Amino acid sequence: MRKSEGSTRRQFLGIAGTAAAIGTIPVVSLRPVAATPETMTAAIRNIIGSATVRTGKVKLDVPPLVENGNTVPMTITVSSPNTAEDHVKSIHVFNEKNPQPNIGNFYLGPRAGRGQVSTRIRLADSQKITAIARLSDDSLWSATADVVVTLAACTEEVI
Amino acid sequence: MASALINVPKKAKRGDVIEIKTLMSHIMETGYRHTAAGQVVPRDIITSFTCRYNGEEIFRADLFPAIAANPFITFFTTATESGKFDFEWIGDNGFSEKASATISVE
Repeated sequence: MRKSEGSTRRQFLGIAGTAAAIGTIPVVSLRPVAATPETMTAAIRNIIGSATVRTGKVKLDVPPLVENGNTVPMTITVSSPNTAEDHVKSIHVFNEKNPQPNIGNFYLGPRAGRGQVSTRIRLADSQKITAIARLSDDSLWSATADVVVTLAACTEEVI
Repeated sequence: MASALINVPKKAKRGDVIEIKTLMSHIMETGYRHTAAGQVVPRDIITSFTCRYNGEEIFRADLFPAIAANPFITFFTTATESGKFDFEWIGDNGFSEKASATISVE
């Protein structure tokens, strides 16, 4: 008695599991593949190669709590003397959980005067944002910020 | 249809660091949104922004779908000589817009 009960339970779970798997697969495949910390690392490697990144020199200003992920103000400031010999070459910004790991690449130069860029970005989820700056001596510096997003951007339905 | 808003100081002293603010009206459709019928809304974004100061490139940006609609970009440059700033936005579906601003440097 007990034996047969166990087997039916097992069968039931088996059937339920298969049904659930079949049921969920199309739903999952309809959704865009979200960037993961791994794809973010891959995107970073794509741009900077195998060079080492140190933390510091970069300041990433993003509000820690965002109500609307559709427009999030962001400012990146790199401390640099901004001279012809020592300036900021570029700033690259990445995220963990948007559909794509890149946010933007900004190319500055010796004439920038101040290593600072501001823009407005979209965030699909609460996540970590990383900014990496390349200086004129090709050294790389980074800063990370955590953002909590209440209303996600990017993937909502068009009405 | 598309229109740009640009904020560049009219006058500056030689060597001053000036702030340049730019805004281009654009939907920046990510390509990740669906209609209620389940169809993907095709991507339509600005992919590149360039600023030239008297012909020399001083700032360039690669934009991705993660940039909010109506891309607003602020950056800095050193005022070296009187002249013209040329701004250019390039995007999907042949989007191309130009704008310019003048500055007098004393």
